[in-house]
Amino acid sequence: MGELRLMKGNEAIAEAAIRCGCDAYFGYPITPQSEILEYLTLQNPEKTTGMVVLQAESEIAAINMVYGAAACGKKALTSSSSPGISLKQEGISYIAGAELPAVIVNVVRGGPGLGTIQPSQSDYFQSVKGGGHGDYKLIVLAPNSVQEQYDFVKLGFDLAFKYRNPVLILSDGAIGQMMEKVQISDFTPRWTEEEIVQMTGSWATHGKPETRKHNIVTSLNLQPEPQEEHNHHLQRKYKEIEDNELRYEKFFCEDAEYVFVAYGTSSRLCQKAIQLGREKGLKLGLLRPITLFPFPKKQIKMATKKAKAFLAVEMSAGQMVEDVQLAVKGKRPVKHFGRYGGMIPMPDEILEAMEELIAKVEKKEAKKAQKKAKKKAEKEAKKQKN
Amino acid sequence: MTEEIIIAGFGGQGVLSMGKILAYSGMMKNMEVSWMPSYGPEMRGGTANVTVIVSEERINSPVLKMYDTAIILNQQSMDKFEKSVKPGGVLIYDNNGITHPPTRKDITIYLIEANKVAIKMSNTKVFNMVVLGAFLQVKPIVNIEDVDKGLKKSLPERHHHLIALNEEAIRNGMAAVQLVQEAA
Repeated sequence: MGELRLMKGNEAIAEAAIRCGCDAYFGYPITPQSEILEYLTLQNPEKTTGMVVLQAESEIAAINMVYGAAACGKKALTSSSSPGISLKQEGISYIAGAELPAVIVNVVRGGPGLGTIQPSQSDYFQSVKGGGHGDYKLIVLAPNSVQEQYDFVKLGFDLAFKYRNPVLILSDGAIGQMMEKVQISDFTPRWTEEEIVQMTGSWATHGKPETRKHNIVTSLNLQPEPQEEHNHHLQRKYKEIEDNELRYEKFFCEDAEYVFVAYGTSSRLCQKAIQLGREKGLKLGLLRPITLFPFPKKQIKMATKKAKAFLAVEMSAGQMVEDVQLAVKGKRPVKHFGRYGGMIPMPDEILEAMEELIAKVEKKEAKKAQKKAKKKAEKEAKKQKN
Repeated sequence: MTEEIIIAGFGGQGVLSMGKILAYSGMMKNMEVSWMPSYGPEMRGGTANVTVIVSEERINSPVLKMYDTAIILNQQSMDKFEKSVKPGGVLIYDNNGITHPPTRKDITIYLIEANKVAIKMSNTKVFNMVVLGAFLQVKPIVNIEDVDKGLKKSLPERHHHLIALNEEAIRNGMAAVQLVQEAA
């Protein structure tokens, strides 16, 4: 085991990349994720592990460099923040279409447009519902601590190569900028070309021996029939990912009557809100999706057995809440609470929003009970008359 | 034990690095720590603040509305954070440049003339360490040995010869802090 360090979330991503055997990082500076590029440049891993670090001329250049490196079977990483990730969408769609492994980090800031530089979670739709064109999915990991920022880089590459699919680490300005303790892992050497073939099969374009046909990497197919077949294949792959790669976490859900659903920084804020609420005797819990695709639909549906209502807490105007509503299927009230544009909601604000929801649900329940009692009384009165 | 702290002042006063050293020191004592800086336009406009949490338990929210201790080093921060001290909590401030001293009666207030102490030491760069000393005198959540270890860990080796100076500044800060008012 490596040592324990105090690190910024952004630095943790950079250090993890060097240590997990990443071959190349291509990036372009933007707040609040610039430390990733800065840290890598300072460490200069080309001298130690041979990892290439390059500041590209733009975000678009960086993502296409990732495409190129990934097509050669290399572990390639890029990172940016919201406006820069928008620029990368064409490349991400191509990488997904060509079935290449890659890890992309989005340290989200407030939008839309250039927006602000403060933390936000308003890129959920972009991350899980496409972002770029075409029917594709990214595996989306949402860390909520600096340790997870570190751990998810290796996990991201593992998943990216297992499914030959781009993985998005959806972080935000708060986790990127804050410092926490991180358990550092030992160095894993970068794969040799033989090892790439050994571990993931022969698909990359790293030189054709006479013993096999050309490996072709492309997202273009002018014939619709094979393109539809390719799409079928992709959909089967996404189904397999949904079946096997779901990750989530539960806090105090055993006896919870009211459940927060939140990811990333918001899930940390909700934990504090739960602590404050439980001190007041409120039975609150949290269901935290760690993967946003796949999304813990079944687990949320299961939670409706005990939970009376759900509150989706996001630093957005309400995006993930739609997926929570789809999972709950109208069986329980689902509300949204969020601050946005770079504002972080305070735990007591979140608790207040939950208390409002509880009051509404209880009022409705009381009304229902009253109606029931009235009906019962009327029935009995009728009985007595007869 | 959980101690939730905000340190706020001008950029360049060493607010962020003081928070960092405190977080490192907590880590040396095997405690959980989090350090959440302001990195927004306030940083570019001259003021800086950082939330540091040191705890024996896992830390949930890294941002807070109310703090156990506020360390305030300029007037803007006083205006913003005096009201964010929990009732019965602690406010430590340097009166250099403060035109409106704190007025709350339900908190314990300490004064540290860190600027004066630093000038007396003929080194204004140790200002933040004087403030850290004042804090540690009031809330000994880590001891000076942990701070030493933290400094060794956080500073590059070429700066290790400055650790003794920093330690002296911390001790001077500990001696110079004055109680202004006990919480009513």
